[in-house]
Amino acid sequence: MYSMRLLHSRSARTGGGLFFTVRECYATARVGACAPELHPLMDGSMDDLDTLRDELMTAVEGAPDLGALEEVRVTALGKKGRVTALMKTLGGMDPETRKTAGQEMNRVKDAIAAAIEARRAALEAVELDARLARERLDVTLPARPERAGSIHPISQTWDEVAAIFGQMGFAVAEGPDIEDDFHNFTALNFPPDHPAREMHDTFFLPPRADGSRHVLRTHTSPVQVRTMMSQEPPIRILAPGRCYRSDSDMTHTPMFHQFEGLVIDESTHMGHLKGCLQEFVEAYFEVENVPMRFRPSFFPFTEPSAEVDIGCSRKGGELRIGAGDAWLEILGCGMVHPNVLVACGLDPTRYQGFAFGVGMERIAMLKYGIPDLRTFFESDLRWLRHYGFAALDVPTLHGGLGR
Amino acid sequence: MKFTLSWLKDHLETDASVEAIAERLTMIGLEVEAVEDPAAVLAPFTVAEVVAAEQHPNADKLRLCTVRTGTAGEADLQIICGAPNARAGIKVVLARPGMTIPESGMVLKTGKIRGVESQGMMCSARELGLGDDHSGIIELPEDAPLGASLIDVMTFDPMFDIAITPNRPDCLGVRGVARDLAAAGLGTLKPLTVEPVPGTFDSPIAVRHDSDADQEACPMFVGRYIRGVKNGDSPQWVKDRLTAIGLRPISALVDVTNLISYEFARPLHVFDADKLKGHIHPRLARPGETILALDEKEYVLTPEDVGICDEAGPQGIGGVMGGLETGCTESTVNVFLESALFDPRRIAATGRRLGIDSDARYRFERGVDPESAILGAELGTRLILDWCGGEPSHLLIAGAPPAWRTEVPLDPARVRALCGVNLDSRACRRILEDLGCEVLAQDVEGVLTVLRPSWRPDISAEHDLVEEVARIHGFDRIPTVSMPRDPMPKQVLTGEQTRRVAARRALAGRGLSECVTWSFLPKAHAEAFGGGQPAMDLANPISSDLDAMRPSILPNLATAAQRNADRGVPNAALFEVGPDFQGGEPGEQRMVAAGLRAGQSGPRHWDAPPRPVDAFDAKADALAALAAAGAPVDNLQTAAEAPAWYHPGRSGTLKLGPKVLAWFGEVHPGVLKTLDVKGPMVACEVFLEAVPAPKAKATKARPLLAASPFHPVERDFAFVVPEDVAAESVVRAATGADKALIAGVSVFDVYQGDRLEAGKKSVAVCVTLQPTERTLTDEEIDAAGKKIVAAVKKATGGELRG
Repeated sequence: MYSMRLLHSRSARTGGGLFFTVRECYATARVGACAPELHPLMDGSMDDLDTLRDELMTAVEGAPDLGALEEVRVTALGKKGRVTALMKTLGGMDPETRKTAGQEMNRVKDAIAAAIEARRAALEAVELDARLARERLDVTLPARPERAGSIHPISQTWDEVAAIFGQMGFAVAEGPDIEDDFHNFTALNFPPDHPAREMHDTFFLPPRADGSRHVLRTHTSPVQVRTMMSQEPPIRILAPGRCYRSDSDMTHTPMFHQFEGLVIDESTHMGHLKGCLQEFVEAYFEVENVPMRFRPSFFPFTEPSAEVDIGCSRKGGELRIGAGDAWLEILGCGMVHPNVLVACGLDPTRYQGFAFGVGMERIAMLKYGIPDLRTFFESDLRWLRHYGFAALDVPTLHGGLGR
Repeated sequence: MKFTLSWLKDHLETDASVEAIAERLTMIGLEVEAVEDPAAVLAPFTVAEVVAAEQHPNADKLRLCTVRTGTAGEADLQIICGAPNARAGIKVVLARPGMTIPESGMVLKTGKIRGVESQGMMCSARELGLGDDHSGIIELPEDAPLGASLIDVMTFDPMFDIAITPNRPDCLGVRGVARDLAAAGLGTLKPLTVEPVPGTFDSPIAVRHDSDADQEACPMFVGRYIRGVKNGDSPQWVKDRLTAIGLRPISALVDVTNLISYEFARPLHVFDADKLKGHIHPRLARPGETILALDEKEYVLTPEDVGICDEAGPQGIGGVMGGLETGCTESTVNVFLESALFDPRRIAATGRRLGIDSDARYRFERGVDPESAILGAELGTRLILDWCGGEPSHLLIAGAPPAWRTEVPLDPARVRALCGVNLDSRACRRILEDLGCEVLAQDVEGVLTVLRPSWRPDISAEHDLVEEVARIHGFDRIPTVSMPRDPMPKQVLTGEQTRRVAARRALAGRGLSECVTWSFLPKAHAEAFGGGQPAMDLANPISSDLDAMRPSILPNLATAAQRNADRGVPNAALFEVGPDFQGGEPGEQRMVAAGLRAGQSGPRHWDAPPRPVDAFDAKADALAALAAAGAPVDNLQTAAEAPAWYHPGRSGTLKLGPKVLAWFGEVHPGVLKTLDVKGPMVACEVFLEAVPAPKAKATKARPLLAASPFHPVERDFAFVVPEDVAAESVVRAATGADKALIAGVSVFDVYQGDRLEAGKKSVAVCVTLQPTERTLTDEEIDAAGKKIVAAVKKATGGELRG
C-alpha cells in the first residue's frame, strides 16, 4: 500500500509512463467498488443489503479525513459493525439460502473493504502532499563543515619521484639523518681538509668520547654508501630524505630535501645516465623532448661528473620547462668514483655505475610554480592549502603525476 | 675567475666569437657565469663632431657646443658641455636623449642647463664604463667617420667570468683556460717562451729552510733581489686588464704579482727589501707570533701556519697574504721577489682559521703548478725590469719541486665502458696531448702510458684520463641510452614506506594539513619534550634558537599552530611525518606521524556549533594513522598513561601487548606555557616503525565471508562501576562473556552525578548478539545477558544499574 501511495503521489507530479498505468488500476478498483454486480436471485432482503451497501459506500466516499474513514470502517466492518451484524444472521438460515446470501454478503463486505482502502490511499496522498508543501529547507545554507587536509608538496614530490624511478626498477633506500664522518665524507672520497669539504657548510654534533664528531648529513649520498656496503650489485636505489647545511638566505635553508639515485652493475655507463635522467625529467615535468645539457663539473664522489641543465623559457616572467632558449640547472650527477666503490668494498674493475642528486624543493618549485624556498618550512596554513595536494591525489604513472 | 677576450687571445690563436667561446667554456666544465661585453651596451653611441664651441651665456665653466651628428638631413645639435677639452674640431662620443648612460644607469633627457637647452651629451670614458678617466670627454681619432657606431671605431674587451671547480687550479690562470679551449678545438695555444733573466750579482738576502718540517710546509722558495727599481703606475693596458676583472691597480710592483697570478695561476710576492731584517726563513710560525697583514689587520699565527720570516719575525703569511710593514710603496728602491710553493692543505687550514680569502690562498690551497716557481720568478723579474727598471741578482733557489711525475695508463676500452662512447687510441692521444699530457708509450692493445702535466694535480689514475677524454670530446656527443629494465615493473616500496605513505594520506584525509618543520628546535622546547641532552645539541647551530635535535615533532607543530593563529588562521590541524631524535648516534631516531589540533573543532556554523578540541580527537587521529599503517586497531589496549608533556588526566597510550604504538591526549598546559602558545591543543604521536609488519601470506585471497542469515539482536546494559574503572575493561569483559555469540559491544552512554552514589559511574553498553545456527529464543538471549552481567561484575565489580 505504501508503495502504491508513493507511486500515486509521484505519478501525479510527473504524470506519465509507468505511473499512469498504476493510477488506472487504482481507478478501476474504485469503480468496481462503486458498482458491484448483483445476484439475479436476490429477494427482498437483498434490497436491505443494497441499501446498506449504498449507504456505507456513500459514507466511505464522504469521509473527509483518515479519522472519519476509520469511524466508517468500524461502523461497517468492526466487531459490532453493521455488515458484521448482518453476517451473523447467516447462522439462522437454511443451508441453501445461507449459501446464496453468504456469497452476496461477502461480496458487499469485500466491496466496502476495497472502497475503504481506496479512500484511505487517496486521503493519505492528500495528506502527504500537504506535509511536503509545509516542509521547506533553505538549501542555500552551507552544509556542515568538514576539514580538508592537505599533503605537503615535498611528500607529493616524493611520491611522484618514487613512481617514476620505481618504473625504472629503483628501490627506495633510506638512512639516518645523523651520520658519521666516514659515511658522509670519507667513503665518498672527500680527503681530509680538501676544499671540497668546505663546499658543504656542515652541522656538527658535540665531540664524542673518542673525540670524533658526528654530522647532520649534508646530502643523502651516505645512503649510497650504506647500500653498497650491505647489498651485492646489481643495485638500483633512490635515496630521498632530509639534508642539512648551515646556510640560510633567499635560496638556502638549513634543512632541505634531496633524492639521490645510484645504479651499480657491470655495464651501466654515462649514456645510461643521460637516458635515465632524460626520461625522469620528461616524466616528472610532463613535457616531451625537454632539451638537456650535461656540463662537465666536479664532485669528489663521481668521475666524470656533470651538472645538468634543462631548457626553459622565462617569457613574461612565466617559467616554461622544455621551451625557449634559457638553461636552468637542476641536478648534479656522474659515474661513481672508483675510490667510493673501493671504500664500499666493491671491485672497481668489475663494478661501475652512476649516481645523481636532485633538490626536491627545487624541482617542486619549478613544476608547481612555488616562488620561495623558505615557505616550504613555515607551516603557514594558507600556503599548505594553496600549494598542498588532496589526500586522494596519489600520483601514479597510469593516472597522471601532476594535478 | 675573470679574464678579458684580449687577454685570452694573448694565449689562444682563435677567430671564435664571444658567444662561441662562452658556449664552449661551459661545455668543457668551465662554467660561464657572466659575459660582460661593453660593445652590447655601447652600440647606440655614435661618432659626432663639435663644429663650434662658445661660452655659455650664464655659466663660466660651461660651453655651448654645436654638434654635427652625421645623420643625413639632421640639423646640428646644441649641447651644453662642462668638459675642459670641449672645443671645435674634435670628434666625440654622442649620447642622444632616450639612451642609457652606462656609468649611472640614467636615461638621458633633453633639458635646460642654466636656461639654455641641451639636446644630448658628449661622454667621458668613465661615463661609458670604460675606466676611471673623467678629466674630459673622449676625443676620437680625426678620421672616425661621422655618425658611425662607437663599436665600429673603438675596440672593446669583453670580460668572461667563469666558475672553476676545486679540481682545476690550472684554470685559475688565463693560460690554463686557453689550453682547455685549444684542446676543445677552439683555436691554437700560442707557445710560451720565457727567457731566463741573467743576474748580475749575488742577492744580499739569503733564503734558508731551518728544519725538515719547514721544508715540508714550503718545499720550494725561489727568490730574487732587484735593486734600483722605480715604482710607479703600471702601463695603461695592465691597468685596463686589472680594472676589467674587478681588481684595483695599485702600483707597478703590486700589479706585477696580480697580473701573473691571474695569467699563470702563479702567486708571487714582492717585499721592499730595505725593510727586511737579515735573511728569509720560510718556516712554521712560533706560538703567538703576530703579523700585521696587507689588509691592515693583525693576525696571531700558530705552529700550523707558515710564516715568511726575517730575523725579526713573520713578514708574510706564507701562501695567504703579505705583511704590511715590508710591502712596497712609492718610495721602494730595492725589492725581494718571492715565488714559492706551499703544502696546499696547510694553506687551506690557515686561510680557514684566519678567515682570509685572498687570490693567493685560493690558488695555493687548490694546488699551484709545482714546476712554476722558477718560471714565476723569471716572469716577475721581466715585468719589474720592464716597468720599473733595476738590476736583478742571481736567482736564489731553496728546496726543490715536490715529486709530481705520475705515469697513468689509459685503455681506450675504458672510455667506451664508462662513457659509452667509442674513441680510439689516436683520438684519446690527441686530446691528452693537447691538454699537456705526454704519451710515453702505446702498447699493441692501444693502451697508452701517460705522463700527466705538472699543473694537473687532479689526474692520478685511469678514470681521471677517461674523464678528460670524455670532457674534451664533449658530454653532448655521448649517445643517450635508455636503461634496460624489467618489462613489468615490480613493487619497489618497502612495507614500511607504503605504511608511511598510507598514514600520511589518512591524516590528510581527516582534515589535517601536512607540514615539514626543522629537525632542530630551541633547547628549552627539547627539554619540555624529554630531549635536550648534550649529545643531541648542535655544536654549530644556524641560530641560537635552533640548537637542539628535536626529541618530538610536537613542539614544532604547536608553535606552527600558534603562528597561524597569530596570522588570523585559528584552529589549526597540522601533522608531520618525519624523524624525531632519541640520541646523538646514527640510527637513534624514530619515524613518527605526529598530529596536533588547536582551539575549536571547526568554524562557527549555523547548525553544528564547534566545541573545543579534546583528547578523543587526538585518539581518533592516532587510530586512523595506525589503521592506515596496518596496525590491528581492534586489538589495541588503551592505557591511561603518557609522557610528561601530555595532560596527566587526559592522555593515553595505545599499546599492542607491551609495545607502545602511539601516545595521544591534551598537551600539558605547563608545556604550552613553555612553548609560549595558547591552548587548548591536543596531539598524538604514532610510532610507525613499532607497528608490526603484516604476516607474509601465500596468497592475497581473503578468508571466506561467513555472513549469518539470522538477524542479529541488540541488548542494552547499564553497569554501575567505581569511577576509576576504565570503560574499555567493561567492554572487554562483555565482549569476552560469550565469544561465539557476541559480535560487538559499544559504549553509548556514560553517566556520573546526583542519581548515583559518590565515586560511582554508569557505563551503558549495547551488545550485539549474532546467532549463526538459528534464530535466538528468549531463553537464549536471557542466558547470554546473564553471562555478560556476570563477566562484567567479575572484571570490574560493576552491577547492573537498577
